[in-house]
Amino acid sequence: MREIGKSFVQFFVSLKLTVVLLAISVLLVFFATLDQTNLGIWGIQHKWFQSFIVLQDVKGIPVPIFPGGYFVGGLLFFNLIAAHIYRFKFTWKKAGLLLTHFGLIILLVGELLSGLWQEEYHMRLDNGETKNYSESPHFDELAIVNASDPEWDDVVAIPAQLLKRGKTLQHPKLPFRVVVKDFYPNAQLQMRNQVPNAAPSPATAGFGPEIVATPLPVTYRQDERNLSTAYVELVGPQGSLGTWLVSTNIEQPQSFDYEGKTWRLVLRPERLYTHFTVQLVKFSHDRYAGTEIPKNFSSKVRLKTDDGHTDREVLIYMNNPLRFQGLTFYQSGFENNDRTSILQVVRNPSWLLPYVACLILFVGLTLHFGISLVAFASKRSRSLAVA
Amino acid sequence: MKKLLPWLVFAAGLVFVGAGLFTGRERSAYLLDEFAHLPVLLNGRIKPVDTVARTSLLSMQDRQRVMSPEGREIAPIEWLLDVAFNGEKADGYRTFKIDNPDLLSLIGKTEDNIKIEYDSTAKRVMAVLGFLPSRYRRFTYTEISPYLAELERQAQLAQSVENAQRSGFQKAVLSLYNSLITYQQLKYSFVLPESPDFLAELHGFVSALPKGIEAVRAKQAGQPHDEAVAQQMVDAVRRFETMSRFGSLLAAPPLPGAPVTQWRKIGDALLDSFKTGELNVAANTYATLGHAWRTGNPEQFNQAVTRYRDHLLGSVGERMDKSNAELRFNQAEPFYRSMILFLVVFLVGIASWFRAPYFLSRSAFFLLLAAFIATTAGIATRMWLEGRPPVTNLYSSALFIGWAAVALCLILEAIYKNAVGAVAGGAIGFCTLLIAHHLSFGGDTMEMMRAVLDSNFWLATHVVVITLGYASTFLAGFLAIIYILLGTMTRWLSKQFDRNLSMQAAPAAGAGAGGPAARKGETNGEAINRMVYGIICFATLFSLIGTILGGIWADQSWGRFWGWDPKENGAMIIVIWNALILHARWGGMVKARGLMNLAVFGNVVTAWSWFGTNMLGIGLHSYGFMEAAFKWLVAFVVCQIAIILLGALLPTEKWKSFRSIAPRGPSSGSPRPQTAGSAS
Repeated sequence: MREIGKSFVQFFVSLKLTVVLLAISVLLVFFATLDQTNLGIWGIQHKWFQSFIVLQDVKGIPVPIFPGGYFVGGLLFFNLIAAHIYRFKFTWKKAGLLLTHFGLIILLVGELLSGLWQEEYHMRLDNGETKNYSESPHFDELAIVNASDPEWDDVVAIPAQLLKRGKTLQHPKLPFRVVVKDFYPNAQLQMRNQVPNAAPSPATAGFGPEIVATPLPVTYRQDERNLSTAYVELVGPQGSLGTWLVSTNIEQPQSFDYEGKTWRLVLRPERLYTHFTVQLVKFSHDRYAGTEIPKNFSSKVRLKTDDGHTDREVLIYMNNPLRFQGLTFYQSGFENNDRTSILQVVRNPSWLLPYVACLILFVGLTLHFGISLVAFASKRSRSLAVA
Repeated sequence: MKKLLPWLVFAAGLVFVGAGLFTGRERSAYLLDEFAHLPVLLNGRIKPVDTVARTSLLSMQDRQRVMSPEGREIAPIEWLLDVAFNGEKADGYRTFKIDNPDLLSLIGKTEDNIKIEYDSTAKRVMAVLGFLPSRYRRFTYTEISPYLAELERQAQLAQSVENAQRSGFQKAVLSLYNSLITYQQLKYSFVLPESPDFLAELHGFVSALPKGIEAVRAKQAGQPHDEAVAQQMVDAVRRFETMSRFGSLLAAPPLPGAPVTQWRKIGDALLDSFKTGELNVAANTYATLGHAWRTGNPEQFNQAVTRYRDHLLGSVGERMDKSNAELRFNQAEPFYRSMILFLVVFLVGIASWFRAPYFLSRSAFFLLLAAFIATTAGIATRMWLEGRPPVTNLYSSALFIGWAAVALCLILEAIYKNAVGAVAGGAIGFCTLLIAHHLSFGGDTMEMMRAVLDSNFWLATHVVVITLGYASTFLAGFLAIIYILLGTMTRWLSKQFDRNLSMQAAPAAGAGAGGPAARKGETNGEAINRMVYGIICFATLFSLIGTILGGIWADQSWGRFWGWDPKENGAMIIVIWNALILHARWGGMVKARGLMNLAVFGNVVTAWSWFGTNMLGIGLHSYGFMEAAFKWLVAFVVCQIAIILLGALLPTEKWKSFRSIAPRGPSSGSPRPQTAGSAS
């Protein structure tokens, strides 16, 4: 039994395991990179890296094809720590290597945490426009707004991931149930009069009856966005209120009255509200003379907090983001003939870890190299003396 | 004498790479250099017209050389003068490269009518053997022009298809179409090609201008006016607008007081005459030059060009230095000359293993040094011209990888003096410069940086360090190739150099003096083993630091440290692979032979990261997408795998180097495989 235990330990602390895991990680990264031509950069992350087992969809059946990033990374992490504990013996000669590996551990942890915690949003601002929210580039939500109070709106937002065909959703703030009649992750919308012979619409209220929604395959292209679309029926205690067609392609909320209150219904990109507003004062964009190559672009914005303590202008430009209240705003793009600026908004509570890791790695590598170089030089002078 | 000879070789090498600075100038009655260094603005950069001529030719026909129909070689600048001022003559030069058979048949070419007929039997034999081209690959504008309408239609069809889905024919059509556009744009950049005498036309225009403006104003106000003069003005506007629409070069410098970037096309500068009431100096000069060139009047040409130069020195003087330097740089062709020298170094280095080791290996070292000096000067000039760190695009990364690897090779060679560094340096230098040469077909290699990359700090740190990582990984791989090939095919690995660099068979362990840096009794094989290990340590360090710096840049600009972008992944694979090699060696899993095989695979990994990831056409780094390179990448990978298989499948005792002394083979002969981990 002790033999088995010992060989078990030997296995986990062995350099052989390290080498094998490194080889597997090379393959993992390589295959994942190739898969980006199908799934795009965002799509592969969940499939290959933020998973224990990589599942490939073969005719609708998920087939495990490779160990995932969590599995390989986790084992490497374990192997690294176990080997250091098991063989730990401090010598100055190895101090640099020790620090380097410690830095790597922090780097791995940092990557795990940012994979888990990091959230990305976009903020699109027209010249002069003010917003207190950013929008997710990947996720949508069904917002049901109680707009009866002229002072404020009461919003119930249902993540689009919950909208599954046949599912019924209830919320204490809603006097009706939401029944999902159908959900398409991506769809094309056309006016009914342009599509002869279209099947009758399941929608009975709002814009829906005038529109034909055709499901489309999910796109992974970087320049395209999936337009999620759903038919939702609202059912009160007295029966159905009607069925609406909602889609991220219909930006305008659809209104209806129920029990004397005004409600609005819209499927929109998931929002992150903040306690401050950002107003685009001016977007500037220079090109190199006689070309279309962008030389620089920048957004001058006005930042104002709800509590009134902050009210200032900030210039956000390439390689110079604005960090504010745990969010970072980057100049990401522009559209609409330079009248609209697109800011990327990132929340990553673990953003500091890579910097700490880098510092440790840098010190470790410098130490190790310094020690080795001194050793090499003294050895050389000795061997020259012998020769 | 024996010591002196390599120094003479060094001098010869320096003369060869430096000769470009002095050759081929002013054979003509025209002051061609004065014209060649006139600055224009194209693609956002102010450059001499010489660069415009060269890059246009490279992108149209993959080379700078042009042959006249009479078989005379024409300098790029002469070609540009003909294109701009003597269009009918330029139309007869073979400057449009077409390889695609379908495209050839579209312009009425078949295998029969593109055959080159040589008049001498010797040349015909050479053509059959492949030493001379057997068929034309470049065609004249005159030959192509009857098919322009059809080409335009095909180009539109091809444009409607996404790049990745285009067929070979469609790509060829678009490439030819772009060349034709470039050609037309050059024609309209200086003068109006339709005009039989543009200079006379301009002078007529200027003398009529005051009356013309009056007449046009009167006409607009509905008052009596001279209709003929008004019509002359309307015609002039139309003609200048044509130049402005079709021309590409911004050849007219900014007017005094205007921002320094406000260069204009000659057509636009002429349209401004209506406001200023006078003829733009640049427009007048180019019209005069055109007249002189067309009518064969060197005196008028030289006078106009020197007067214009003096004018520019007064207005945009600070640009003229750079323009002049760039012209010299173009003419010196430092990279082309170094490329040839690297090939010589490679061959001389190999020869030194078989004959005259001292003289040849020292010569190889000095020639490598000469080529290194030339590439250093070339890269430094580019940096000064651009005001940028050395690596800004794929082209300059090729230059820099070669440069850095050669620098490491010089150090290795200075320490070990066994020609291994010279051979590896020659090979990598030659290959990287050849790659750079092919990348230059894409157009001007000094491009403006897109906004997101426009950060000299990160270009100087992340990009340079990561490129050093590429260079050292390649170097380890090339050293390993030398080890495997020499080990399997010669007995060289088991020999050792003595101090006088004459070769001897390796005596039993411990006996004999090593080379100056060699350990006691160290064989060549053991020396290469140590080199490869050291270089891999370097490679790990550089690629790790470079990748992490890239992460920090990404975090600063996009808010994520790591985004799984293909290029980032490629860099990470290099780090992991190098780390794998080191751990495998430290754990005693591989000895010399295994180390070499792993190091050769490092070439594959690096080539993937350098080029392969760009070919996926996704992500932030896909700036250098090109399909032509794909087949070369595949060929390179196949050849690396073949070498690995040779090294891996042939047991050590079958290697020629270790056959006689099998027990002392690398499986047991590596100096300190177990303990080496602690030192690098």
